[in-house]
Amino acid sequence: MSATGPGLLRALRLLLPAATGAGMILAWYAVHLAMSPEQRFLLPAPHAVARAFVDDGPALWGAALNTGAGALLGFGSAVALSFVLALILSLSPLVRASFYPYLMILQMTPIIVMAPILILWVGPGLRSVTIITFLICFFPMVVNTTQGLISTDRNLVDLFRMCRAARWQEIFLLRVPAALPYFFTGLRIAGTLAPIGAIVGDFYAGNSAGGQGGLGFLAIIYSSRFQMGALFATAAVSCLLGFVFVAGVIALNWLALHKWHDSFSHAEH
Amino acid sequence: MSRDEAPPVVELAGVDKRFGDGPPILEKVSFAARRGDFLSLIGPSGCGKSTILKLISGLIPVTAGRIVVDGTAPSGAADRLAFVFQEPTLLPWLNVSRNVEVPLRLQGAEAARRAEIVGKSLALVGLADRRDYYPRQLSGGQKMRVSLARALSVEPTILLLDEPFGALDEISRNHLNEELLAIRQQLSWTAFFVTHSVAEAVFLSNRILIMSANPGRLHDELEVGLPYPRTEETRESHAYQRLVGEVSRILRSVEELKP
Repeated sequence: MSATGPGLLRALRLLLPAATGAGMILAWYAVHLAMSPEQRFLLPAPHAVARAFVDDGPALWGAALNTGAGALLGFGSAVALSFVLALILSLSPLVRASFYPYLMILQMTPIIVMAPILILWVGPGLRSVTIITFLICFFPMVVNTTQGLISTDRNLVDLFRMCRAARWQEIFLLRVPAALPYFFTGLRIAGTLAPIGAIVGDFYAGNSAGGQGGLGFLAIIYSSRFQMGALFATAAVSCLLGFVFVAGVIALNWLALHKWHDSFSHAEH
Repeated sequence: MSRDEAPPVVELAGVDKRFGDGPPILEKVSFAARRGDFLSLIGPSGCGKSTILKLISGLIPVTAGRIVVDGTAPSGAADRLAFVFQEPTLLPWLNVSRNVEVPLRLQGAEAARRAEIVGKSLALVGLADRRDYYPRQLSGGQKMRVSLARALSVEPTILLLDEPFGALDEISRNHLNEELLAIRQQLSWTAFFVTHSVAEAVFLSNRILIMSANPGRLHDELEVGLPYPRTEETRESHAYQRLVGEVSRILRSVEELKP
């Protein structure tokens, strides 16, 4: 530390990631150029991907918005409904025992198999994408929130009972806030799954009829046309959508917990 | 007990306790506490000391026998009782003053009264300047003080303390013992104090109940005649040292009773 100094350390912390990025782009060009000319289309050059962003921009961002809407709706409804179900499940081990096996069925059935069923039920488009996202997000939310609601410190529960707290007071003033860290563990899992779920859902159940699809649908179109640059751009936008969701969840987590939870304590005191 | 004419504040008569089909935790426990008693319960692990506190608090029912608290059943005296747990047992998402007012909030006390009592309780435990802190920003001793302030906020006449200073270092523990007695000087509740520390029991109480385990029974009772207020000098006094020795001796003989 004393030899390098904090200023240099800070500069390195900015420079090194940038250098890594530049190195990766160079390596990408090197691989691209090393391929035989007739194979080069399989790995488009970085600038070709950048071109695709410009040329197919409207289609990409429109699709990202559609997928984002499906992901947000599915994620939001999963969070809301899982919270209600977790409250019910937290009431007694008997309730949990009678619900969990069926929740497992929901979790174990692959989306690839669910999708065709859903399309036949509700038709392709935003509605099936939302439902598929919901199905992916629901289970981790229920499990984590329930675990949080039943893991309340025994002494705190005793304290509330000694104070003759009403059942609703025990639930909403004690169990729910105490469950927040667990809730956010679930939220972080669901937040990373939601965009993936929406894209997978869109891949199978995107609105092919109206041409108003999302990123999954776009990926099918581009791959059928061998538009590799646009396909890579689609991958980049999907990745960005994932980051937006994760950033949102991290921000919410910070808002709810940073003041009091141990996970945010540092050398402050 | 016969020399006191007033009815006991808390009376246990032939109390048995077992959980479900488990072994008896307490067997035929009988004792009475007079108003203003500072009564320590000491004994080997598993002798049911903490269980006695939970029975008095009304949190769990007796299996047999009878408990009278302030002339009624424990459940009827809930508003006169306060409990201090082994751990601080604070709500980590609430700051210090919000933690202290939890019992008042649950009782539906109005904001002005809550603010007044919270201020008073925090001043008593010397934490008036920490009211906006969160529990994780406090030391172990400070957290325990908040826990104590919370118990005092309901203005109890009976205070149940379940080994509250057990996790603290000896210096903090001695400090808190002195503070606890100083607060008692002002508020005069009847206290039941569970501890593993003989020194602590002798320093705080006017009566010590020594228990034996498997099943938990009352083994011996000792009056501590040291005058209040007790200070650091009390700890250095010959009488104090002699009592610590005596309680330790009885406790050793109880340990040897073990099967």
